[in-house]
Amino acid sequence: MATRVLIPTPLRAYTERKEALLLEGKTVGELLSALTATYAPLKRHLYDDAGTLRSFVNVYVNDEDIRYLQKEQTRVTDADTVSIIPSIAGGRS
Amino acid sequence: MALTLAPAVLHRIRLHASEAYPEECCGLLLGNEREGGKEVLDVLRMGNAREESRTRRFLIAPEDYARGEAVAAAQGLGVMGFYHSHPDHPARPSAFDLEHAWPWCSYLIASVENRVPTAVKSWVLKDDRSGFDEEIVESREPAPVAPQAPPQPAPAPRVRAGGA
Repeated sequence: MATRVLIPTPLRAYTERKEALLLEGKTVGELLSALTATYAPLKRHLYDDAGTLRSFVNVYVNDEDIRYLQKEQTRVTDADTVSIIPSIAGGRS
Repeated sequence: MALTLAPAVLHRIRLHASEAYPEECCGLLLGNEREGGKEVLDVLRMGNAREESRTRRFLIAPEDYARGEAVAAAQGLGVMGFYHSHPDHPARPSAFDLEHAWPWCSYLIASVENRVPTAVKSWVLKDDRSGFDEEIVESREPAPVAPQAPPQPAPAPRVRAGGA
């Protein structure tokens, strides 16, 4: 079973410019693990040093934010589309 | 590496920074990759999604970012990075900028003092997230390109509000 994962522009430099990938996994966490296993340099940009998904990394299953589902334990099927969508934050201090 | 912007595009960024003063402005840089850097052909103003500390912080919500990628794709362009202003502060990335930065993207910062735009500098996150490298900002008209079919737009997911 493979689920389609959409990659945002800032991360495509790490995915051979691919906009979408088919990845194996039963949960969002397994899909992200498959992603970072294939493209290891991505990991530091998705996760902090404690292994927690960074706050500005938003993951959706279809149109639902996984924060409102079961987070990384959210189950997926091959009929779902998973999107990684950035929040862009910053400021002078 | 260099970030090239047409003078009119750079003017729009500085104008936005001035209009938003004393708050921070923010937006997307739309363009293409070129040999030796990125070329910005358009900018897309974004609303600052932060409700507090708007004079020193900005936030582009994920649903706005997704809309921006779709707008870029419809023009045959991509999101090359982001711009924001630093009111009464140098055009250098802060620790907060670093903490929240995405790789590969250009982070163009426009300093504005008493509503008057001053320095503009651009930065790219280091691969190890230890800091930023400054990139050259070039203001000149874009090079002509041969007509080509626009790329297929990436599907724009419908998303509901989330946060950083």
